[in-house]
Amino acid sequence: MQQFHHSSINHLSQTWREAIASQLTDGENVMAWIETDLDLQLHFAKGIVVVTNQRLLAKMYVSDIWQTWSYRQGLLLTQRDYAGIGCLELFDTHSRLAHWRYRLGSDSAVNRLIESFTQQRDSYCTASELPRIADAFIQCPACGAVLGMGQIDCPVCEKQNNVQPSTWTLLRLWRFAKPYQGRLLIGFLLTLCSTAATLVPPYLTMPLMDNVLIPYQNGHPINNELVAFYLSGLLGASVLAWMLGWARTYMLALVSERIGADLRTTTYEHLLNLSQEYFGGKRTGDLMARIGAETDRINLFLSLHLLDFATDVIMIAMTAVILISINPWLALVTLVPLPIIAWLIHLVRDRLRIGFEKVDRIWAEVNNVLADTIPGIRVIKAFAQEKREAARFRAANQRNLQINDRVNRIWSLFTPTVTLLTEVGLLVVWIFGIWQISNDEITVGVLTAFLAYIGRFYIRLDSMSRIVSITQKAAAGTKRIFDILDHVSSVPESPNPVHLNTVQGQIELRNVSFRYGTRSIAQDINLVITPGEMIGLVGHSGSGKSTLVNLICRFYDVTEGKILIDGHDIRSLPVTEYRKHIGLVLQEPFLFYGTIAENIAYGKPDATHDEIVSAARAAHAHEFILRLPHGYDSLVGERGQALSGGERQRISIARALLINPRILILDEATSSVDTTTEKDIQKALDNLVRGRTTIAIAHRLSTLQEANRLVVLDRGKVVEIGNHSELMSREGYYYRLYQAQARNVDVEDSGYAPFIEHSAAGEIK
Amino acid sequence: MSHAPNFQLTRNAFGRLVFRDQWGAMQEGVVPIRGFPITNPNRGIALVDCHGHELIWIDCLADLPSDYRMLIEDELLSREFMPEIKRLYNVSSFTTPSTWKVVTDRGEVSFILKGEEDVRRLTSSSFMITDSHGIHFLIRDHLSLDRNSRKLLDHFL
Repeated sequence: MQQFHHSSINHLSQTWREAIASQLTDGENVMAWIETDLDLQLHFAKGIVVVTNQRLLAKMYVSDIWQTWSYRQGLLLTQRDYAGIGCLELFDTHSRLAHWRYRLGSDSAVNRLIESFTQQRDSYCTASELPRIADAFIQCPACGAVLGMGQIDCPVCEKQNNVQPSTWTLLRLWRFAKPYQGRLLIGFLLTLCSTAATLVPPYLTMPLMDNVLIPYQNGHPINNELVAFYLSGLLGASVLAWMLGWARTYMLALVSERIGADLRTTTYEHLLNLSQEYFGGKRTGDLMARIGAETDRINLFLSLHLLDFATDVIMIAMTAVILISINPWLALVTLVPLPIIAWLIHLVRDRLRIGFEKVDRIWAEVNNVLADTIPGIRVIKAFAQEKREAARFRAANQRNLQINDRVNRIWSLFTPTVTLLTEVGLLVVWIFGIWQISNDEITVGVLTAFLAYIGRFYIRLDSMSRIVSITQKAAAGTKRIFDILDHVSSVPESPNPVHLNTVQGQIELRNVSFRYGTRSIAQDINLVITPGEMIGLVGHSGSGKSTLVNLICRFYDVTEGKILIDGHDIRSLPVTEYRKHIGLVLQEPFLFYGTIAENIAYGKPDATHDEIVSAARAAHAHEFILRLPHGYDSLVGERGQALSGGERQRISIARALLINPRILILDEATSSVDTTTEKDIQKALDNLVRGRTTIAIAHRLSTLQEANRLVVLDRGKVVEIGNHSELMSREGYYYRLYQAQARNVDVEDSGYAPFIEHSAAGEIK
Repeated sequence: MSHAPNFQLTRNAFGRLVFRDQWGAMQEGVVPIRGFPITNPNRGIALVDCHGHELIWIDCLADLPSDYRMLIEDELLSREFMPEIKRLYNVSSFTTPSTWKVVTDRGEVSFILKGEEDVRRLTSSSFMITDSHGIHFLIRDHLSLDRNSRKLLDHFL
């Protein structure tokens, strides 16, 4: 198969491989290929497009005809996409020759195909030899994660796709139980002993009956010594069982509480390390419920129900041994209902689990309604929609009721059935026991002991049946917790990270593209920012400014291309270490509940008071802080002192100043305040910007005139680069934006379509 | 109300729609976009230029001459992709991520459901399911599905 020298061809199915091989001529090699999965009418149908060193071939699975186009000048292969569907088009200079449709899963493969096509066409037309390109980074085609040396399958994707949880998910909790192995073992031994102790009293009923009570009925006097012996045995066993029971419950509750706490903190820590993408797609209420309520449920399950269940199993095993040792036949009859109950449990198990998962989900939905509405209470009140929101909550609750009702219908049938079986089982034992006594095979004492044992035995079976639902609930909860724990950050840590202690602050964007879901947000951006330079990002909302900043901060990873800092791909640096070099000032600064000093020192908790004060001074925040009743110790944030937008912004600037970053990012830092406050903030920013690589986004272009260069973005592409006066003299895109703003015209319109500027300008008065 | 529209629409050799307004300005690569693709697909269609700027708003397709209507409908057909699920064959697991094998109005296909939150209720009987690549699958009325499909779907609701 030397004709296929592209390594990925190995993934191609046998039928395609044969079909392609039959088409190839001598000396023709397959360079790249994609499998398309839609036809032109957008119906699902398989097809293939192949690039060889001589031509382009294409075929739909259902048809027998290969379409081919030999390379010639002017042949062009391009792709565009919309709403998750890509279109690959082949043009010559006069018209479109063909097009293919595909789902975007094969997006990066398409880009490889086009790249390969362009190379092959050029080399074919000029008859020159191709340079081989070696990729420095091998990336997973599906998720873009950087693969290690020799890794073929992406560990990120693999993990995400192969999760198949069940009740066995509970076993995964072992990871958290492992540190407490020793104590768990002691707890287990205590359980064994205490259970054994509880089994002594029923055993003593046997001699008590046969050696004391029956002889008395037959005319013998009561043997007081023997009675005292048996009764003290009863008491002793009970006291021992009480003590051992206390010890094991305490020990195991202690352990399970610790396991629960570990689970909670681990989950939270993991959650914090997930990328912004994850938080974008989840609702706060749901995440809070998972970490709070689910861990609590698991905890309760471990400390109470699992413990009970273990005790029950041990007890049943021991009881069975004792019963068989006394009388195998009667024991056999006694144990008959056990498999029936087991079968019953198995029957209901699945339906209950689904039901309980539904209950959980609906419960999260109820929470989500709360989480949606309470923060939006001002809007609700302003539009007088309290009734509608109440109705929404009621509807969610109603659904909650409906689903609970359905679950309870099965559930409520379950327990009485077990009880009925218990009674029937007792009846069987009575019948068989009486029959055996009448045949003189056993004594009355044996029957009494059996009844005493299985009385407990069946009661435990009954409560054991409850473990089904509880286990299912705990398994569902565990699964939801492990959903978080299994989620691998979409900005993965590099397997062999590069450590940079100091950075110069040179940032280079090389062919950067970014796609969010099915929307392509940034395309092929190239930009080199030298250390200490200030760059202003300009463009409409939605032009990709914030996306670019998010990519540079590595809140998201680029879909294609790379971002280099001082010549290192930012994906090869440890994420947190990298972000330490970046100071970020946002449009809406977030203050945590705490003192102002704590908020300023957020990025550097060990900062001295002097450092905090000088940062505040530089941020022009010092004076207003002193005006507050408790100065730097005033409480701010939610439930704290109310600060104005400008004041909060200056605190966040002080926060950025304190960590003394080499790279500074100002994302609309002055947009949410009025012009006078803006001047104050601008002064603060001037202190901040000095000597650092700065990337600033601003809606008001006037604030960016200081910038060394302005980068004008439109629709995710760089359209112009230059300083203010250059761009103004070029009279291009920036010029129009600036003119429009100077005339106070709505920028959104005039920038898009210059030809309507006249009418728009006329409308303002 | 089928009077002549004040614009011209043609398709060029590159397969792009070309729009010519009443003053003769030409726009290549015009695309039609439905305003309410789910709730009212047949009314309110915008023609936008390649920069996403609206050129004209068509209240009702039926008001247009048939050749323009054909062009627009063709273009919509090749752009819109929201397969409607007619039947669920099987799902790999009831917990996500899970692979669904379904029959849609556009043929059989399998896709990966990433999370339960990707099954969204639109109305009381219709659902939108977003797969791992962001493609939307529609279930117009879950009550009209067959019993087995309903049962499978029910696990995710």
